[in-house]
Amino acid sequence: MVTLLAFAPILVPALGAVVHLLLGWRRATTWVGTGSAALVAVAAVLLAGQAVRAGDGVVVAGFLLVDPLSAYMLVVIGAVAVLAALATPAHLAAEIAAGRADERSAARHVVLVQAFLAAMALAVLAADLGVLWVAVEATTIVTAFLVGQRRTRTAVEAAWKYVVICSAGIALALLGIVLLNFAALHTGTGAGLGWVELTAAAGRLDPGVTRIAVVLLVLGFGAKAGLAPLHAWLPDAHSQAPAPVSALMSGVLLSVAFYAILRIKVVSDLALGPGFARGLLLAAALASLAVAASLLLHQRDHKRMLAYSSIEHMGLLALGAAVGGVAATAAVLLHVLGHGLVKSALFLGAGRLLQTTGTSRIDGVRGLATDQPLLAGCLAAGMLALVGFPPFSLFASELGIARAGFGSGVAVVGWATALALVLVVVIAAALVNHTSRMLLGDPPDAPGTATAPPRLPRSTATALVAGPVAAAALGLTAGPLAPLLTAAARTVGGAP
Amino acid sequence: MTAALYHQLLDLTAGALLLTAVLVVWRRDLAMIIRIFAVQGVALAALVGVLAAHEGSVELAVVALGVLVLRAGVLPALLRRALAAAGDDRRETRPLVNVAASLLAAAALTLLALAVSAPIVELAPSPTTRAAPIGVAVVLIGFFVLVTRRRALSQLVGFLLMDNGITAVGFLVTSGIGLVVEVGVALDVLLVVLVLGILTGRMREVFGGTDLDELRELHD
Repeated sequence: MVTLLAFAPILVPALGAVVHLLLGWRRATTWVGTGSAALVAVAAVLLAGQAVRAGDGVVVAGFLLVDPLSAYMLVVIGAVAVLAALATPAHLAAEIAAGRADERSAARHVVLVQAFLAAMALAVLAADLGVLWVAVEATTIVTAFLVGQRRTRTAVEAAWKYVVICSAGIALALLGIVLLNFAALHTGTGAGLGWVELTAAAGRLDPGVTRIAVVLLVLGFGAKAGLAPLHAWLPDAHSQAPAPVSALMSGVLLSVAFYAILRIKVVSDLALGPGFARGLLLAAALASLAVAASLLLHQRDHKRMLAYSSIEHMGLLALGAAVGGVAATAAVLLHVLGHGLVKSALFLGAGRLLQTTGTSRIDGVRGLATDQPLLAGCLAAGMLALVGFPPFSLFASELGIARAGFGSGVAVVGWATALALVLVVVIAAALVNHTSRMLLGDPPDAPGTATAPPRLPRSTATALVAGPVAAAALGLTAGPLAPLLTAAARTVGGAP
Repeated sequence: MTAALYHQLLDLTAGALLLTAVLVVWRRDLAMIIRIFAVQGVALAALVGVLAAHEGSVELAVVALGVLVLRAGVLPALLRRALAAAGDDRRETRPLVNVAASLLAAAALTLLALAVSAPIVELAPSPTTRAAPIGVAVVLIGFFVLVTRRRALSQLVGFLLMDNGITAVGFLVTSGIGLVVEVGVALDVLLVVLVLGILTGRMREVFGGTDLDELRELHD
């Protein structure tokens, strides 16, 4: 049963890709992607139930590992995938109507998105670091075509930067994997790259080699997670990709790469003590927050604004991971889900905005609240959630990270948390300022405004509303997710 | 194979890896760079072949053959095709760092590689791990090429140099990291080259060239 469930999140989207490959994009296949995303979510929830009951990891078929952490990540993938898939048919229909796409490119889009989902599911379920690497690199290859889909100058430029920086970064991670494997072979325990054996043997890893390996791995997967200093690709790729793809990339792909860092941190903490990974992650966190703050202040493009906000949130995750311990890790994981839900809804909204107004410039949009009240309301709610207002879950998780940071008893962590909070406030001010300029004010009274803006398609509206609402519900009570969250945090935080 | 011959062959092939990496830094003619890259692929395959002969492992010999086909055959062929499509624009005209400084940087990176890989040699001193810092040097030189070249194709070669270096380190320290992962990595590298090849073509379509300085539409 576990075997079947563990393979489902990988095989269902793979099958979805095949269906689209054979049948193309037509009326009958419109909802195949949504169905497959929903099935991934259902399998994730069932697996999560199994994982919480079993307590620790179950290795399936030799190369998949189901434990609370991987099940939790799968839930995040499922949830965001459903939101993105709900909005995809309307997005593609609008692109086709506007002549920017045709049936063939739409079919290619959905095939690639399904393959992308399968690769992400494989990444979080991989029982060993090698398979995880292959899966993460596969996501780069698949999404490269999605980013460069429109073949304009900007799209090609973004795709090139994306592939070069992420592949070079992830190549560094591969060198780290090779060295970690070398250190593991010399522990005399027969451990390889499997998470379970690697964690068990971590105490005996040679510190010198492991140190090099951990630096390379954090740098490499950090590039893919959008952490500074290798973040330069992110604003370009996320702003140029089609909206549903941006939603997936920002909402989950970054977190999937960050999940790799969490796993590596477990090994690093056992082999080198908690100080080593903490130093690396604190540096990455503060650098990412500083980059986001400085570039958000005078941002002119609303999709890039959302992308820089993703760098900010990845920085916060790195901060929480640096603090360590069960409480901070639980907050980090909650933040992953909250950010995924809200950011994907915002990117879908931004995509809709781009389709209806034709511009992604902040000063090109005025008075959205009067023009398109539903879209404006969703964007406003999402933005409030993003800057950490209650009742949204991001408030609870940011508070959790800050509290754990100040209560850690390590002076440098406390100072770093204080500095991070200052940067978060600056970023929040910039985001609220830019968004309110777009939402409020008088609509531009160009001669063409007599025609009412097109109605928001129902499926897109559902996704736009569901994201923030789910985040708010999660902020009030983690409900059935609470045991999973605690169990997953124990996997990383190492309950003593 | 006698121990002395094994050591010599190991040093020879590892030396060839480093030499070809430095030659890539030195040359500017893209066709020549691709030829040098193919030679490096042969050196890498020979390195794996030497290890296979020493350990008497058939599996490793098959892997060596795979490395030869992929890195001395398929990848250079893909690069040549991308170059042929480029027409007469075949030279790395203005790298960000001039040739003399690049060669000095390559020397400095090699020393750096030796310094940082000291723990690797210390953990298990043997002829193979003593050659591993050379692989690390190739990785660093590849990274240097990647960040200082302006032509799309030279950047691609830089990425592939990194990958050759990593593969060399992998085989020198642990004779490979498992067949599934090995095949996965090879497939991923091949796909990355294909993707970048396609993007190079599109870049030529919309920008009229592959000078990466033209990539200035997106910035803050």
